[in-house]
Amino acid sequence: MKILKPPLKREDVEALEAGDKVLITGTIYTGRDAAHKRLVDLLDSNKPLPFDINGSVIFYVGPTPSPPGRPIGAAGPTTSYRMDAYAPRLIEKGLRGMIGKGPRDANVKEAMKKYGSVYLGATGGAGALMAQAVKKAEVIAFDDLGPEAIRKLEVVDFPVIVINDTKGNDLYIENVKKYKKG
Amino acid sequence: MRSISFNTVKKKVKAAIMDAAFIAGDDLMASFRRALAEEESPLGKEILNQLLENAEIAKDKRIPLCQDTGLAIFFVEIGDEVKIKGGLLTDALNEATKEAYGDAYLRKSACNCFTRKNTGDNTPAIVHYDIVKGDKLKIVFCAKGGGSENMSRVTMLKPSDGRKGIEDFVVQRVWEAQANPCPPIIVGVGIGGTFERAAIIAKKSLLAPIGKRNSDPELAEMEKSMLRKINDLGIGPGGLGGRITALDVKVIMEPCHIASLPLAVNINCHSSRHAEIDF
Ligand code: SF4
Repeated sequence: MKILKPPLKREDVEALEAGDKVLITGTIYTGRDAAHKRLVDLLDSNKPLPFDINGSVIFYVGPTPSPPGRPIGAAGPTTSYRMDAYAPRLIEKGLRGMIGKGPRDANVKEAMKKYGSVYLGATGGAGALMAQAVKKAEVIAFDDLGPEAIRKLEVVDFPVIVINDTKGNDLYIENVKKYKKG
Repeated sequence: MRSISFNTVKKKVKAAIMDAAFIAGDDLMASFRRALAEEESPLGKEILNQLLENAEIAKDKRIPLCQDTGLAIFFVEIGDEVKIKGGLLTDALNEATKEAYGDAYLRKSACNCFTRKNTGDNTPAIVHYDIVKGDKLKIVFCAKGGGSENMSRVTMLKPSDGRKGIEDFVVQRVWEAQANPCPPIIVGVGIGGTFERAAIIAKKSLLAPIGKRNSDPELAEMEKSMLRKINDLGIGPGGLGGRITALDVKVIMEPCHIASLPLAVNINCHSSRHAEIDF
């Protein structure tokens, strides 16, 4: 089991290999479809992003609303390919990690290799379980997007597995090959 | 004529929507345990154990099983001797949806297609009606997540493609979906009808309990055959490689046009949430 404490340096993610199990402790940011579009729009118009992207980790999630007394509702990953159109731009700006589920496209994998970033898989559909690792959540941008607003999360021992490392390995492809019959 | 009040419908449906978000069905839990016994991959077993733990936490703490609490879909069978007093049935279902998603802190996932602006209350619900004989009303609610819905497809095969063409398309669809729809999945297959009817019966097929085979021997055989082929793909729980890619395959078949062979594949994730409300 490896430990990651964002913000991350290039060396931190280069030390990871596809298949490594990782626990994240520290600050991560949420962002999914609509928030990604806005982040890239801000970059296009040379405006500052609502958080320091350099060294950061984005969790692709739209949580359920927090009930009274809880920091967050259910918080599992959403499907990542929908962020493929935007991810390379953010990776170029220093995004070191993305948490989601499902395969990424060739452009994202190429950007991960080139700029030093990793794609981390979380268990899809285990939103109640994953919420246990979230200790604090605060909306920091795009409040009008509701579940899609950007939240700053404080997590402790948030469990993920490295799907794509900086060397071009892909855990999905390698593991499915092992069990495919015929 | 039997009359059922608008408020009774709304109240019962609201309670059922809330429970479905937090409580995994017995058939689903049993299928996780069966999968755990059959899974060979250590990572696959780990994922299945997480899903069992997730279901326990969701039930005990009333946290939704999955953060995507879905669009609200209803299959309604209304007897021809039933009258809803005090309002429209569709309005009762939409109001129940609005209140349940609000009061139980479920995620509102409905939005405008172009602006992507959230409707704010998870309406409109998607409602399918069947008028049947008698004085009963049966409402089946299902919360359908976007991740698995996005992996679904409708196609119009040629009659000559036959059973093999159907099975090949379904298996290929699951292969292309890989980890996206949160495997282990449940695959709903609608064969026949028309373009739109195939999709509706594919979704309806997902309502039958997991592990229950079709009463038609030929369709039962097809379900088993497709399940075997899908589980030979090796995608496994979480898409991380393994034996159990699907928990079940369900088929509904209806007659079609002499020129057509409509086929719909509606993929459901393991977070298969539904509830039946009988009046
Ligand atoms: S596909 Fe299902 S289990 Fe996965 S995130 Fe969507 S609703 Fe949840």
